[in-house]
Amino acid sequence: MTTVYTLTIDGRDVAGSEGQTVMEVAEENGIAIPGLCHLEGVHDRGACRLCMVEIAGSPKLAAACMTTIAEGMEVTAHSEQLLEYRRAVTEMMFMERNHVCAVCVANNHCELQDTAAALGLTHFDLPRISPKVDIDASHRLFAIDHNRCILCLRCVRVCDEIEGAHTWDIMHRGLETRVQTDMGIPWGESTTCTSCGKCVQVCPTGALFEKGRPVAGGSKTKRPFLPWLKVVQEERGL
Amino acid sequence: MSEMPAAGRPLRRRVITEEVHEGPARATAYVCEAASCLSAQSHDVTVRLGERAAEAGLTDVAVKRVGCIGLCAAGPLVEIAETGQLFERVRPDDVEPVVGALKRVKPGDARRPQGPFFEKQVRVATENFGRVDPESLDDYLAAGGYEALRRVLSEMTSTEVRDGITGSGLRGRGGAGYPTGLKWTTVAKAQGAQKYVICNADEGDPGAFMDRSVLESDPYRILEGMAIAAFAVHATEGYIYCRAEYPLAVARLRTAIRLAQRAGYLGAGIMDTSFTFDVQIRLGAGAFVCGEETALIASVEGRRGTPRPRPPYPAVQGLWDCPTLINNVETFASVPAIVRRGPGWYAAIGAGKSRGTKVFALAGRVVNTGLVEVPMGMALREIIFDIGGGIIDGRPFKAVQTGGPSGGCIPAEHLDKPVTYESLIELGSFMGSGGMIVMDDTSCMVDVAKYFQDFCRDESCGKCTPCRVGTTQLWMLLDLITRGEATLADLAQLERLAGIVQRMSLCGLGQGAPNPIFSTLRYFRDEYLAHIVEKRCPAGVCAISQPAEVMA
Repeated sequence: MTTVYTLTIDGRDVAGSEGQTVMEVAEENGIAIPGLCHLEGVHDRGACRLCMVEIAGSPKLAAACMTTIAEGMEVTAHSEQLLEYRRAVTEMMFMERNHVCAVCVANNHCELQDTAAALGLTHFDLPRISPKVDIDASHRLFAIDHNRCILCLRCVRVCDEIEGAHTWDIMHRGLETRVQTDMGIPWGESTTCTSCGKCVQVCPTGALFEKGRPVAGGSKTKRPFLPWLKVVQEERGL
Repeated sequence: MSEMPAAGRPLRRRVITEEVHEGPARATAYVCEAASCLSAQSHDVTVRLGERAAEAGLTDVAVKRVGCIGLCAAGPLVEIAETGQLFERVRPDDVEPVVGALKRVKPGDARRPQGPFFEKQVRVATENFGRVDPESLDDYLAAGGYEALRRVLSEMTSTEVRDGITGSGLRGRGGAGYPTGLKWTTVAKAQGAQKYVICNADEGDPGAFMDRSVLESDPYRILEGMAIAAFAVHATEGYIYCRAEYPLAVARLRTAIRLAQRAGYLGAGIMDTSFTFDVQIRLGAGAFVCGEETALIASVEGRRGTPRPRPPYPAVQGLWDCPTLINNVETFASVPAIVRRGPGWYAAIGAGKSRGTKVFALAGRVVNTGLVEVPMGMALREIIFDIGGGIIDGRPFKAVQTGGPSGGCIPAEHLDKPVTYESLIELGSFMGSGGMIVMDDTSCMVDVAKYFQDFCRDESCGKCTPCRVGTTQLWMLLDLITRGEATLADLAQLERLAGIVQRMSLCGLGQGAPNPIFSTLRYFRDEYLAHIVEKRCPAGVCAISQPAEVMA
């Protein structure tokens, strides 16, 4: 038997089961909390920091995707300050590498772009870092443009937890952090990649894309297949 | 295997008492062989001193290597044990004054006063420093070592041990000051068949060398402190996470672990009781963030050393998801003394909510660079001017930086404030692990802030966005200011961004990274403005290119 907790999010009374996260309960109740590393069906890591919320009684902000609910919890998911913080973090993602929507395959299908629009991020003030970053187009079907990678690591987790190949991982640290295939060899030479394309499907931006697609030609929509695959895995005891 | 001498290389380590003399010595010379003195050839001093004493026919004197004597600035140091006479900057080719002093020691000689550097200190965690041979278990035992563990195992329950630590008022010496007794109790009460004790020896703050000195000078003490903690929280396995940049500390720890295991102070059935506890070393590969406890655990587990959001805290869900006690080196080093001398004795030292003593590494523009241990609550002025001997060349004091990259700079007007966890936070700084970098008027505070920001952006693990990107952007804004190219709008941007990085980052590294900016802005805003408005660096450190003059 699961315990059910009641709590408030932005003043609304909501209920959830023990073990559910604030993010999940908010989503069930139609309260949108932004998040780019969160992806239903794979483990959360609380890294993008867009889903940070205030919890009454705690001086620190908490990541909604990693915080499990508790009885009587009072969550503030939207406030002027949180909006400012989320805008700034989204801006950091744009400034970190080289995002040029006008020539991006994911234009109009991009979660980073959607997040910026939803948050009302209209202009950039923070310093632009713009490092020289590589593109790996050695794979037969897909390519990765690191210029557009925001290090959400959805590709790493989906490859490991759903496909079971663990082709993707990360290397280096700080600003030098990169996703990599098979200990840093070109993607096309990977011996573990099954070319399933799940990483491309879950990528929130145009970093991972199918070759041959024109600008704005990516077709990433909502991805209902992941939770479904998860259910299949669990039922088969995999 | 690393203990084996390579073929052809002389075995130089064993120059100790018996070569010169057997039985109790009339006079003993302590030679500091901690990293700082060792790097100034103090081992050669030990060898040469032994040879010269023998040549001079002194059959009743001993030459002994010991741990850190503390006054690192004046190394290599040699101390005559009986009289307390200290020889500074002893060169291997000039040991005659020491030999002469050894000759003159008579039984019943009074110890001479050693000056404020030594006399104002209160030694608890460092009580064996400069007295015991760091690698000798016999020496440690002779200095009262393992008495505390013996008492714990023979006379006390785990609850009594925890209550004792709680009663002593000891707080985490890694910097945050979490009550140690409370942490121990949490781990003891956490559900789980297997529990672990971890010693955090990943000291990485610039200018800090407290933990290194403890490990190099008194490694058995850490093992004893960890064993007591393991008994108190019902753990059977321990790890020491030590950074690989401390090879001497690691070597001495390995020796200590091997000898302690052999003598029955580690392993199964310690001191003929049913208590079992063993320790392994894990080496850090150079990432500062691995001092953060969840990143440290990930690293011990063999994963990428990145932090994760807490809760769950390691006390509940730590190493391999088991309840895990993580304490800093200095915290464990304080434990045996607290058990041996009683929590009341320890709690009587200190001020306010900060009890006991704290080890500080004095560095920067201070005369007596070195390691000191003082009672909590001592004024900064006393530490820097009485113990530290003031500023080099008598220049004016400008600020002292405490707490490493998460700390802040405290200006002269607050020199009389006591050093406690609370007062340092009030001043916009942080106790941190105990680094104290003293700065005079030749330091530019914007440049100092930029230095620490550079450190943080370099050490950011890259997991969360605000730290990975924000610390670099903060550095870029500071760089703009130091180059004289910033506007007042950039300064406003700097303050706004610093607040966001502090609030939104995942772990202490990012959350603390803006602190040097906040504290320098609080006390030295005029220097920022001088760079921005007047396009000049008051300390003359930053190379500001003057705008081209209009040709007249």
